[in-house]
Amino acid sequence: MSANREAMLEKIASLDAEHAKAVEGGGERSVTRHHARGKLMPRERIELLVDEGSAFLELSPLAGWGSDFTVGASVVTGIGVVEGVECMITANDPSVKGGASNPWTVKKIFRASQIAQENGLPTISLVESGGADLPTQKEIFIPGGKLFRDITRASARKEPTIALVFGNSTAGGAYVPGMSDYTVMVKQQAKVFLGGPPLVKMATGEESDDESLGGAEMHARTSGLADYLAEDERDAIRIGRRIIARLNWRKARVSTSSTDGGGSTDGGGSTDGGGTSYAEPVADPEGLLDLIPGDLKEPFDPRDVIAHLCDGVSETNGQVFDEFKPLYGTSLVTGWARLHGRPIGILANAQGVLFSEEAQKATQFVQLANQTDTPLLFLHNTTGYMVGKDYEQGGIIKHGAMMINAISNSTVPHLTVVMGASYGAGNYGMNGRAFDPRFLFTWPSAKSAVMGPAQLAGVLSIVARAAAEGRGKDYDEEADAGMRAFIEASVEEQSLPHFLSGMLYDDGVIDPRDTRTVLGICLSVIDTSTFSGTDRFGVFRM
Amino acid sequence: MITRLLVANRAEIASRVFRTCRALGIETVAIHSDADTGLPYVGEADHAVHLPGTSPADTYLRADLVLEAARRTGADAIHPGYGFLSENAAFARAVTEAGLTWVGPAPESIEQMGSKIESKKLMEAAGVPVLTNHTVDTATEADLPLLVKASAGGGGRGMRVVRRLEDLSGEIDKAAAEAASAFGDGTVFVEPYVERGRHVEVQVLGHAGGVEVYGERDCSVQRRHQKVVEEAPAPRLPEATRAALHEAARQAAAAIDYRGAGTVEFLYDADADRFFFLEMNTRLQVEHPVTEEVFGVDLVAEQLAVAEGRVPSVAAGGPQGHAIEVRLYAEDPGAEYQPQSGLLTAFEVPDEPGVRVESGFASGSEVSTHYDAMLAKVIVHAPTREQAARQLAGVLRRSRLHGLVTNRDLLVEVLGHEAFVAGDLSTAFLGEQDLRSLQGAPVPGTAAQQAVSFFAAAMAWVSQVSAARPVQQRIPAGWRNVHSAPQVVSFDLAGTEVAVGWRHERSGAALVDLHGEVHGVRLVGAERDAAGWRVVVDHDGVRTSHEVRISGHRVDVDSPWGHLALTRVPRFVDPADVVASGSLLAPMPGTVVRVAVEPGASVEAGDTVLVLEAMKMQHTVSAPAAGTVTEINVRTGAQVAAGEVLAVVDTGDEEA
Repeated sequence: MSANREAMLEKIASLDAEHAKAVEGGGERSVTRHHARGKLMPRERIELLVDEGSAFLELSPLAGWGSDFTVGASVVTGIGVVEGVECMITANDPSVKGGASNPWTVKKIFRASQIAQENGLPTISLVESGGADLPTQKEIFIPGGKLFRDITRASARKEPTIALVFGNSTAGGAYVPGMSDYTVMVKQQAKVFLGGPPLVKMATGEESDDESLGGAEMHARTSGLADYLAEDERDAIRIGRRIIARLNWRKARVSTSSTDGGGSTDGGGSTDGGGTSYAEPVADPEGLLDLIPGDLKEPFDPRDVIAHLCDGVSETNGQVFDEFKPLYGTSLVTGWARLHGRPIGILANAQGVLFSEEAQKATQFVQLANQTDTPLLFLHNTTGYMVGKDYEQGGIIKHGAMMINAISNSTVPHLTVVMGASYGAGNYGMNGRAFDPRFLFTWPSAKSAVMGPAQLAGVLSIVARAAAEGRGKDYDEEADAGMRAFIEASVEEQSLPHFLSGMLYDDGVIDPRDTRTVLGICLSVIDTSTFSGTDRFGVFRM
Repeated sequence: MITRLLVANRAEIASRVFRTCRALGIETVAIHSDADTGLPYVGEADHAVHLPGTSPADTYLRADLVLEAARRTGADAIHPGYGFLSENAAFARAVTEAGLTWVGPAPESIEQMGSKIESKKLMEAAGVPVLTNHTVDTATEADLPLLVKASAGGGGRGMRVVRRLEDLSGEIDKAAAEAASAFGDGTVFVEPYVERGRHVEVQVLGHAGGVEVYGERDCSVQRRHQKVVEEAPAPRLPEATRAALHEAARQAAAAIDYRGAGTVEFLYDADADRFFFLEMNTRLQVEHPVTEEVFGVDLVAEQLAVAEGRVPSVAAGGPQGHAIEVRLYAEDPGAEYQPQSGLLTAFEVPDEPGVRVESGFASGSEVSTHYDAMLAKVIVHAPTREQAARQLAGVLRRSRLHGLVTNRDLLVEVLGHEAFVAGDLSTAFLGEQDLRSLQGAPVPGTAAQQAVSFFAAAMAWVSQVSAARPVQQRIPAGWRNVHSAPQVVSFDLAGTEVAVGWRHERSGAALVDLHGEVHGVRLVGAERDAAGWRVVVDHDGVRTSHEVRISGHRVDVDSPWGHLALTRVPRFVDPADVVASGSLLAPMPGTVVRVAVEPGASVEAGDTVLVLEAMKMQHTVSAPAAGTVTEINVRTGAQVAAGEVLAVVDTGDEEA
């Protein structure tokens, strides 16, 4: 086994362990108690909801990592296929503090609804939440309103919203079913009211009970808030699937249909459901593990990564990768390829550093993709824009700005994969989180920060030393060494994928071998709504 | 010369006769009942005549209709096949009187041999050994056990074994009643019952030049006195006995100047090396192909030759190699051989050198219970008996028999059984041997093999639904970036639910045994071919190929371990389809103005149960189906809420 593979497998094992924590939810006892009441866990509900054998791309599974809250933030979000329709699915995890929302829960749901909005997906909410986590309510209450705003705005955009209510959905939470297009409530489980019996008693003195205030039967027969009354959880999911089946859903972009329906599970040239035919990559995705160095200082050729990710040669794909401007700005590789039959433009760092040439090349390439309505894939491994006198004088800022301008204003869908380093403005130029790519995934090998931990500590040391000298004081070398070590360690930790994923700075950390599948799903999802490239950019400084 | 021949029969034997006719340039005419309209033989014939009705008495036994069919189609000859009118002397006479050629012996021969009592006397006189006839008066304890047989019988009906003398009289009455209803002739006789006797029969062909003997067949493996496995030549038969049998048969045929193909049946007592004449069948036997194979003769062609007044051009030589035939029945050997009916969704027997299939059915045929449950005969001709048995078992295992329960597994088990292979045969074989196929409906293979096959079924199912996906078609089935519980596909196997857990893994989908017992099972590949899905599963480094066919919710799995008939259990069931069938709910809030029935009353579908008034309108609540009113929950004048259960009608669904 190669050293690279060994290092990557170790990181993947650590990732799996963190995912397992999210799956575990509130822990065995809580899950057992939940099951004993005939209730399902959120992922069990999702497994029943999605089509048999279909994929489920879970999003932000590490949300809340490194915080005081359980990994996963007591909600599961992801994209699944229900009755042949790609849907955004969110499911509260009632085994974690009754499914109460904490600040990370809210951020995770916001991100899910942003993805649903950008891609025009229907949303199915599997609701069972005890409301807000009260100790952190100050971080939830006011921004949390956006949740309800998003549901009705989605409806206004004709993106269907469906709420399946399995349990508590009270107070503010009552507006999830309240704002949804379709609402299904589970008999004797769903509880949907603005105020429960104690609050009603305090407010008006009225004696009441849960069932009369917000039971599923009451809402189905009396208030009309429930459109369907489900016998049990499974039945609610069945009804939810029937609702989707009747949405008359049509994706905006359907590639020319092919009669080759496939059925073959090998790499033969079959189609991706109505798409054009394509071949599996020339290089086995498994080989990516050998390719990516354990030490980010070692460069690797992104063309190799492309060979592992993109479609192989077939009747409709004469070459795997048609590189653009191969002799110019060689530290950034640009070119055209296809992934699951869909055309993409790729920008991939080759040598880490971005120079003026690379920035100009990227700018032109982004414009070209916009001319032809071609989605862009960014493969990050950058240490940032080049610094130094010659480069500053050569206009590195204005050229970097051109690149960021192009990327910021580009209107074709962007997909970003952080493979390795993502430092400094390179993170921006390569379409980092702040630039709202449709999807952003990270490999376990990645690191993102304003600069490398050692460089950051070194810079702080130089600045401190200069300050000391300015004050005419001796510099405490021992304290400096301690400071540098501390800074380096904490920046190192904060630049690691788990940490950043916990902060919702990506949509998930993925096994590099899954990248092609993940991107294939994303590109299919993107086809749900229309898009076209722009011809309007900001003022380019020439 | 015969130019157009009508076969007064159905299914495989009709096809068999037509085949020879085609080879000889003779046109063919089929007759068929309502139920047989879609069977292959009808289409194979040049002409076909429909005999309305389904029961044999209304169709294939109607001599008048058969003759009318011959007249309408201009047939100049009639072949009766076996069963039905084949040993009906009156019919044979009528055929001849109508100026048609009768492919069979003279009516007199049929009459002489038709009565088992008379034929025994005739043979005894000709010096052929027979079993003593007993009566209630002559039988003694020492003669037990005894066998009561119908004189006009066949196929095991009207046959009863008596082990206690005091039962004899009663059994005679029962057998007589059975014989009277089955054959219209209640005559029965009693002879010694040879417990472990073998059934050995000799094929003869009588013609103007004498009697040709085409060796013997052993047909000892029987269920309920019906043959299941037949072979030629008979194994473990001393040469002297063989020669004596042939000679006895020749004498039998010669004694009545027999013309055409016939079979002289003997009971062979292997322990004593003695044989007794049982009866002579004056027609072509079901098992004639084994003789044809080892003698290289076409007995139907010879029958036609004799009917046309010719003599066989070549004398029967000696048998070459060994042939075994099995009768494939649509019946459940695990449930008292209960006959099965329904759609035969697949019927494919490998067409390989040495294999001969005489089939009345094809894939897609509807099998009814109006007639014999035999689907087909599969015959293998090989250099030796051992080779023939092994090859035949292999052919059966690799056959695709879907839609109905068959006796295939039993046949495979018999062919591989130590006693059978050793040639240790007797008519008691199936009753004596401890056969797995007779103990309920066994699931083939070990627990681990079954797990592999269920997994293969699940993978075919998943591949099928994946191939039909409108989106993400080539994203690996069941892909997850975060794994939680396994995926589950559930099947019904003869009333038992089998849940197959699986998950997507990088090296292929893997079985997750929900009982935690079987490990290391993963999918190598699932490819769709013309037949269905070819699913290759790896279990600890051993790859096994499965063929899985999916038709609606039916999933048929064939593997080297056998066949599994599964039914997909739907993921979701609408509770409305299950529960409320008998509960009558108030459609809206209102007042009960009339209750039309009392609890306990029987109602028909649509009968008024009660009437509600709401919104100034009367709403009738009626019975959804026929049944019994078990509950009336309201009285006239009662206020009811929407959804309230007003009454319950038990439609008897639960019992069904």
